[in-house]
Amino acid sequence: MPTVAVENLSKTFRVADKQPGLAGTLRHFVNRRHRLIDAVKDVSFTIEPGEVVGFLGPNGAGKTTTLKMLTGLIHPTAGSVRVLDQVPFKRKPDLLRQITLVMGQKQQMIWDLPPIESLRINAAVYGVPDSEAKRRIDELADLLSISDELTRPVRKLSLGERMKCELMAALLHHPKVLFLDEPTLGLDVNAQTAVRNFLRDYNRQHGASILLTSHYMADITALCDRVVMIHKGGLIYDGSLSGVVQRFAPFREVKVELGHEFDHATISRYGEVESIDGRVARLLVKRDGLTAAVNRLLAELDVTDLTVTDPPIEEVIGRVFDMDADDLSSGGPAREAAAR
Amino acid sequence: MTQSAEKFSIGWPHKLRVMLGVQAAEMAQYRAEIALWAIATMLPLIMMGLWAQAGESGLFPLKRVEMFRYFIAVFIVRQFTIVWIIHHFEFLVVTGRLSPLLLHPIDPVWRFIIMHISEHWVRVPFVFLIIGGFLWLYPQTLTGGTDGTAWWPGLGNLALAAVAMYTAFLLRFFMQYTLCMAAFWHERVAAMDAIIYMPYLFLSGLLFPFEVLPDYAREILLWTPFPYMVWFPATLVVNGEGPILRGFLTMIGWMILFFILYRWLWRKGLKHYSAMGA
Repeated sequence: MPTVAVENLSKTFRVADKQPGLAGTLRHFVNRRHRLIDAVKDVSFTIEPGEVVGFLGPNGAGKTTTLKMLTGLIHPTAGSVRVLDQVPFKRKPDLLRQITLVMGQKQQMIWDLPPIESLRINAAVYGVPDSEAKRRIDELADLLSISDELTRPVRKLSLGERMKCELMAALLHHPKVLFLDEPTLGLDVNAQTAVRNFLRDYNRQHGASILLTSHYMADITALCDRVVMIHKGGLIYDGSLSGVVQRFAPFREVKVELGHEFDHATISRYGEVESIDGRVARLLVKRDGLTAAVNRLLAELDVTDLTVTDPPIEEVIGRVFDMDADDLSSGGPAREAAAR
Repeated sequence: MTQSAEKFSIGWPHKLRVMLGVQAAEMAQYRAEIALWAIATMLPLIMMGLWAQAGESGLFPLKRVEMFRYFIAVFIVRQFTIVWIIHHFEFLVVTGRLSPLLLHPIDPVWRFIIMHISEHWVRVPFVFLIIGGFLWLYPQTLTGGTDGTAWWPGLGNLALAAVAMYTAFLLRFFMQYTLCMAAFWHERVAAMDAIIYMPYLFLSGLLFPFEVLPDYAREILLWTPFPYMVWFPATLVVNGEGPILRGFLTMIGWMILFFILYRWLWRKGLKHYSAMGA
């Protein structure tokens, strides 16, 4: 049984539409207009126990709305969600004790008290006894290197320290399912690495399922084998991280170094020229013609070095999000995972 | 692999004790602000000045010193029945900060009630200071002076008054919390408190003791929830008299009504909640 099962999930918001200026304000006052925004459209996917899944999409794609529905914070307009075989929106205590949601900028820490006080409240509401809570707080604080900061008022902590405290608060009850919305947002490089390592360890130790959104590809590549991509509310890809390149980048990058000078016309016969730097050229070559192109390069030119690589994942995903949603979804979303 | 989401069994008393302790610590951080709020709610002491003069006239059933005692009791009751959940709830809904509370396995209403009780406790020293100052100025409030007997409520009366006071607090809380539910549809709801504040101000006994009303008017008012928010517990503080059984039954009846209404609106409202900004 999957930990998370989402089927044809949709959410439509009705929002007021106001034009700027005094005239717009008056019109808005006497004749308020609304429009419907399809934040999430017909999204389906599953997450298995212990799986770490990256949830990718540009700003406004519907990631956070989906997470809110998965945690029962908002009610879906259509479709169904089951987490640990329960409907999240019913907010049964038994389910709530097994899930958590970390929202990057949204603190559950009490601002004017030290984090330890908020952690004590969380331990109590989740029914964790004092001695066990103390053991877990010490353990989590140690892993996140924040032991010395737990008795300082939250308002005096840095953003990174507060984020670590949020993580502690969210994980104190040892949830089985973690929904993480930008958990490394605004953190410095060291803190990002610490949080990533911590999440990897937590996943291994507790066998927890994790759905993670992040704009930092390093988070995704470090933690996730599988990604679900959403664009303009619709699911456009569900499969392995490497499969993203296969599906959305039908080219490979060929870097070739020649033993002599050459011109643009000479090298462009083998592929689309990305750049020429002295005797080194970078070409984009279609996958289905790659072998032939490399053979011709080696046979016809004085090649001293040649490497073939996939374009960087960040670049591929960036291109995907720049594309029109209709182009991406033609023929339906790619579901590499469907066969698993 | 460690087992996740272990099942523990700590009781509600422990949970409430921890929450009360932490919330009291938070409220203690705002002690200066709370002291100002305690001073700002001195309306009963102002009304006392007016009604003490009226008491001297002999036109009303309460004498001057009885007016003193009544309004001192009103001041105490007011301090321990203050409810501000509508302002806090509006903030939580508008900013999306209700979301973390919704993810907890206990209903947020527990936390809100505990926040209020903690805040009331932090008021205690300031309330005692203000009352002490008043009694120093007007010792006849306790001694009775030339008007009659000394005022020294028995422990039984005080215990009954305390129960009435906290029941009054819960009644007022659930009444305002029911209005809070409108935040799921209209976000800015703090102004809606005016709907109940005006009748609360005029019909609760905050501005005048019910003894000055004609019998028929008092009888009508006693069917509404408002007299039980101030007048009823204040009367118990003063002399332990009053329609005790009817008072408690009416309070519980209204509380059940507001509770059912709020639960119904809560379920409907959560479907509208968009966890803004969260």
